[in-house]
This record gives sequence, structure tokens and C-alpha cells, in this order.
Amino acid sequence: MALKSIKRREKDLTFLEKLYIPEILKGLTLTFKNMIRPKFTFEYPEEKFIPPSSYRGRPVLVEDSNGEERCVACGLCSRVCPALAIEVQAGETEREKERYPEKFEINMLRCIFCGFCEEVCPEEAIIMSKDYELAFSNREDAIYGKDKLLVPISQIQDKIDFLRQYK
Amino acid sequence: MSIGEVIIFSLIKILIIVGLLFLTVAYLVYFERKVSAWAQNRIGPNRVGWKGVLQPFADVFKLLLKEDIVPEKSDRIIHALAPMIALFVAFTTFAVIPFGPDVKIFGYNIPLVVADVNIGVLFILALTSLGVYAITLAGWSSGSKYSLLGGIRSSAQMISYEISMGFSVGGVLLLSESLRPIAIVQSQSGWMWNAIIQPIGFITFVVSAFAETNRLPFDLPEAEPELVGGFHTEYSSMKFAGFFLSEYANMTIASAFIVTLYLGGWQIPYIDLLGLPSGLVIVLQVGAFIFKLVAMLFFFLWIRWSLPRFRYDQLMSLGWKVMFPLSLINIIWVALLIMVFGL
Repeated sequence: MALKSIKRREKDLTFLEKLYIPEILKGLTLTFKNMIRPKFTFEYPEEKFIPPSSYRGRPVLVEDSNGEERCVACGLCSRVCPALAIEVQAGETEREKERYPEKFEINMLRCIFCGFCEEVCPEEAIIMSKDYELAFSNREDAIYGKDKLLVPISQIQDKIDFLRQYK
Repeated sequence: MSIGEVIIFSLIKILIIVGLLFLTVAYLVYFERKVSAWAQNRIGPNRVGWKGVLQPFADVFKLLLKEDIVPEKSDRIIHALAPMIALFVAFTTFAVIPFGPDVKIFGYNIPLVVADVNIGVLFILALTSLGVYAITLAGWSSGSKYSLLGGIRSSAQMISYEISMGFSVGGVLLLSESLRPIAIVQSQSGWMWNAIIQPIGFITFVVSAFAETNRLPFDLPEAEPELVGGFHTEYSSMKFAGFFLSEYANMTIASAFIVTLYLGGWQIPYIDLLGLPSGLVIVLQVGAFIFKLVAMLFFFLWIRWSLPRFRYDQLMSLGWKVMFPLSLINIIWVALLIMVFGL
């Protein structure tokens, strides 16, 4: 019979619970407590979310304190990038056996913020920053060149400290 | 008073009440959004005006500017008529609710009620029952399965809760020996509030009032997750706003009715013992009525954001098997009180 297959409740409701009213009062006190609790809302444009150091935002190139970029244009980041977002063109420097990126472009429409470039970089030159405000009005603007990517080291020091500790 | 004066005073009172009611309803929507936000640890609307106080007007303007879509297979006349019935019922009922004692201005004795009808309670019950036509007709004329299901649910729900509502009111009428709302309020002097004398009747009435106004946990005719929007699925623009406004107006009226019948109306217990000037007493009493009304409205919102919706069959069995017998027990209880204590 169909009725027999119906599973009975593990515990039947007690008389007090069947009255509903005490249980409703319990529920009401719970919601009332929530009403007077502090709110979680960020009022975004005025009040900005500051992410923790583990946050993976827009990738940036580190500019050392002497004003030089760290990148040696080895091309590992471009190689490892699963979305093929990074394009590096190497150039020679005056120093022996050292190169610099003539052109370093990240297509932000392709970037998936996986952080592989940061992980693979031998020079600690490409870092996932905390910057999450990425909006463009056309596709050309989405290709970030060196002018947008280079960031002084002082701005991302906490992120580098975090990486040294946990990587 | 001559006929002319009666008409003038009535018109003034009607203007004040309709204006206040529109304002109350507008701010009730705002308040509802705020309370829901608080209950969910959010802030709620705060962009339009200081703390978002102009939000209701922004909402209304937005709805006015929307396209009014009428479904092809709908019954156009009834489709347009349904929200009007809803609004008419919602705003007419307030005529018999007293919100203060008689006031003496310029030698005239003015009762603070639009129409002091001697069958006021019956009037309210009859008109609120008419409200179901709005919802059922809306559901039926839309030509959509979801609307139809919402309409059917609404009528079934009204039938099962109207009875317990009527019987709960019966207990109040036994005590006041009158159908006049003013007489009912006056019978609850001191702490003789009906909510205290007949708690069972109070509870059954409040539950039935929730069901009558289609508020959660009994908002089955709307039931967003199951029926899209229930009876107002096919409504847009100002017609939708009509239903929306009437729901909140109904809530206000249900609260005012509960305050009148069970919470002593405008009365403040033992205020006459303080020996205050009569003008101040009247202001305080109208204030007390508004305070009780707002508290009751907050209770409506609070319940909505605490309880889940009832299942259809649970709603029916609660109405017929629990509420109906309880309201009968309440009548017997009140009758016993009258017999034993001669209240």
C-alpha cells in the first residue's frame, strides 16, 4: 500500500510545539535580535571594500624603489597564462645578460585572475594587486600596457610580504 | 447641527483621513522595505532623500511611467475593474473607524470618526469580504493559469477564515452589546481591553486578519515561488500599483480594526485620574490610537519577515479544524464571564 511507504517523523511534535504560538514567539525574538544587530552592507561607491592580502585583483608589474621595473622579460608568465592574456616583447639592456620588456600587455578581457603568472614569476615582478575596479567602455581600453601595469613597490608592499610568508 | 454643517465637517474629515491614509500606505511600503532590510542585516533604501524617505514617491513615479500591459486573452473590462474594487474596498472601510473621542471645537461636538454608523462592525466585515472579489476577478479575468490559481486560493482562504473572524468578533459584541465601533471602544475602559479579557478570541481574530489581508504566512494568492505573482501576475503599471496600495491599505485597516476591537481603541487606561486638561487628553488619546496602530503594523511586518508560508492544505485545516472551534470556545468563555461576573 502506498500509505505504508510514508516515513513517519523521527520525533512527533510535542503539545507545546503544536500550539505554534511559543514557537512563533521564538522565531520573532530571533528576527528582532537580527534587526538590532550591526549591518553588513558596504555602501559601495562611498565606502570601499579593502580586500585581505590574499586577494587576487588586477595583475601589476612591480616598479622597484630605484624606479626600474623588475621584469626581465623571461616570458614565463605569458607561457603559463591559461587564457593567453599576456604578451611580452623582450629588449636588451646595457647590462650584461639582462633584458627588459619592450612591450608588456595584459588583455584584461581575457585575464581570469588565476594568479599563475604571479606564482611562476622568478623575479617577483608580476603581482596580483588588490585593485578590483576594472571597468572599460571599449575593447581597446581593456588592453593594459606598461603605462597602466607598472606600479611603485610601495603601493603593493603588503601583498609582497604576504607572498614571501606563504608562497 | 444643520445638514450643511454635517456635510462640511464630514468632507473635511474625509479629506484628512484619505490624505493620511495615502501617506500611511506610502510610508508603510517604505517601512516594510526598511524592516525587511533590518531583519536581514541590510540597510534598506537610503538613496532618495534623507535616509530614503522620498523612496515611496520615486516608486509611484516609476510605476506611473511604466507601460500598462493587458494580456490578449484577458477580459478587458473586468481586468481593469478588479484593482479599482480592491482600492475602493480598502479606502471605504476606514470611514467607520473611530480614532479619538468627541472633540468640542467652536461650540460644535465633533466625533472623530467619518461616519458613526450603528452597524459599523458589520459594515467593515461586509466590505472586507467584498475585497475577495477583487482578487478572484483579477485572477479569473487575466487569462493566465497562475492568476487563476491565485484567485481560487484566495476565495477558498477567505471562506475558511471569514467564519472564525466573524465568531471572534461575536465575543466582542457580547461584551459591548453594540455594533457601533465607538461603543465598543468605550466598553473597553481602563484595563478592560478585549485582548486581555478574551485572549483566545484576540489570537483567532489576529490570525484571521492576517489571512484576510493576504499577508504572510497566509499570502497564498500571491505565493511568489509557486505562482509567479499569483493573482497579479498579469498586472503592470498603475493597475499593479492599485493592488499593491490596496494590500497595504488593507493592512492599515486590519490594524486599526484590531486596535478598535481588542486593544482599547484610543483609550489610555486611567488617564482621567491624572486630572489633565481635556484638550491635552484628547491629543494624547489620538496619539495613543496612532501609536497602537503603528505597533500593530510593525507586528504585521515583523511576522512577515519571520514566518514561512503555510502549505495550502495546512492553511485549510488550520482554518476549519483549529481556528473555527477556538473562536466558538471563545464565545462560550465570554458568555460564561458575563453570566458569572455580570461584566
